Amino acid sequence: MRKRESTEHVVEVATPEFEKTAQKKEARRGLLMALPSYLYLILFFVIPLGIVLIYSFATRNRFGGTDLSGWNVESYERIAEPIVRTILFRSLWLAILTTVICLVIAYPFAYYLSTRKPAIRNVMLVFVMIPFWTNFLVRNYAWRVILGNDGPFTKVTEFFGLGTHELLFSQKAVVLGLVYGYLPFMILPLYAAIERIDGQLLEASRDLYGNGWQSFKNVLLPLSMPGVIAGSILVFVPSLGAYVTPEILGGAKTTLLGSYIVTQFLTARNWPFGAALSFVLMAVMLLMTIIYFRKGGRTL
Amino acid sequence: MSNAVEPRGLSKIGLQINGWLVYLFFYAPIVLLVIFSFSESRNVGKWGGFTLSWYEQFIDSSNARNALENSIKIAIVVTIISVILGTMSALALERFTFKGKRVFDALLYLPIIIPDVTMAVMLLLFFGEFFEILDNLFGLQLRKGFWSISISHIAFNISFVSVVVRARLAGMSTDLEEAAVDLYASRWKAFRHVTFPQILPGIAGGALLAMTLSLDDVVITQFVAGPGWTTLPVYVFGLIRKGVTPLINSISVIMLVSSMLLVGLSLLAERTRRGG
Repeated sequence: MRKRESTEHVVEVATPEFEKTAQKKEARRGLLMALPSYLYLILFFVIPLGIVLIYSFATRNRFGGTDLSGWNVESYERIAEPIVRTILFRSLWLAILTTVICLVIAYPFAYYLSTRKPAIRNVMLVFVMIPFWTNFLVRNYAWRVILGNDGPFTKVTEFFGLGTHELLFSQKAVVLGLVYGYLPFMILPLYAAIERIDGQLLEASRDLYGNGWQSFKNVLLPLSMPGVIAGSILVFVPSLGAYVTPEILGGAKTTLLGSYIVTQFLTARNWPFGAALSFVLMAVMLLMTIIYFRKGGRTL
Repeated sequence: MSNAVEPRGLSKIGLQINGWLVYLFFYAPIVLLVIFSFSESRNVGKWGGFTLSWYEQFIDSSNARNALENSIKIAIVVTIISVILGTMSALALERFTFKGKRVFDALLYLPIIIPDVTMAVMLLLFFGEFFEILDNLFGLQLRKGFWSISISHIAFNISFVSVVVRARLAGMSTDLEEAAVDLYASRWKAFRHVTFPQILPGIAGGALLAMTLSLDDVVITQFVAGPGWTTLPVYVFGLIRKGVTPLINSISVIMLVSSMLLVGLSLLAERTRRGG
């Protein structure tokens, strides 16, 4: 109920009806503020997603175009073909390898970070954040320069008498590039998880004659598990769909899922197959993300 | 960690060494790239005396300059629109309840977590269909270029801006806003004079982040760019695939430095306390 006085002053009386209309008004306001982005994302995200789904059931015609009539699941069946399977397993394997290497490097680092004084810790964190958001293409390109013909890497291996190693255009180079690119994705959630742990619990485990390994295994690791899971997913998902890194550092024998999808669109012109593959990639991503949120992680 | 247990002995040394190695790993390649961009040698990874000629070549290359101009134009448009839409979504999600809020919340996260390649494919197919429909209905002959790239960048940047602004809003108590409203400020006035100044650092951080992501994107842009109309990263990516040249070194360093500068500023803005 509202009473409007002669002046512009509004006197609001908190009756139940008034509360209700006020609430409704608030809800309308909230919706109005969300609406532009909502519509934008429906138009330029949800609908495109739907189009990919439709294309994945369509047929490629003889001219490299796509016939939308006559739906079928052929594109999905093709995933079982040996070539595709090889690429899928290779992508999976390299993504897992990247995740494990990141975990092994990042865990002690995140722990070390969390034991520093707050002022130092903040500076250290900023220097992890900077590569996190810095141009990914250029950071991968830097490795191309380092690993390249007669480059710094060769100099180092020669200096140590290890002979010349050809890393560039191999799977090792791709993993190196991926680790380099995604290591911050592992460090940040791990740090967030470890930082929250009460240090007294570790002290208690020491007091109870647990050695370092036992304290780690029985106290630190279980308590930091949400960070381990979050970081692993954040590294695994983009590694699985990586396209830029294998293009720059990989060779002919290192085609990964991401590059394979791009090939379907830009050169092979088999759009339904490419659409099916990207849909599978997205499904994997979605599954992992649901696990991530289930575990209560929210650290990006 | 509260009441951290200071690591001792061997494990302390191990942790310290690991820490230094991680930073070395992060920054050595960047430093080397910068050094080699000043090298006279035609071999990109070899030192051959100091020169600025690769930077001069960048300035002289009209292709590169065009691509840079395109990148900047797109980044400006994308930043402005993403900041407005992202901030509004953040406010809606943090300060209001409304129908469909949960769906909207989930939808906002999707562009962040979806693989680049999938999003690129989605938008490629979308613009193909969309332009065809426009052509059939209105006879409009649109081509991929400025607008298709901008629209795509905004589609993922709304989410990033809203995450940054939300983080700011979530850490802020509503006391002041409520006090303002109690003192007969209209909702708009309360926002303008109380909420907005407080979340400004978050908005600035989000803006710089959106700009960085727009300037850096390769995969999605490559799919929605038109013939003869590319951005600097897509141009560089094309060059790298043809074979590395010292020119790429110099362009890369320019991209790297501007990208790091923007990120640094963005982190600084987010860390600013009150009244920034």
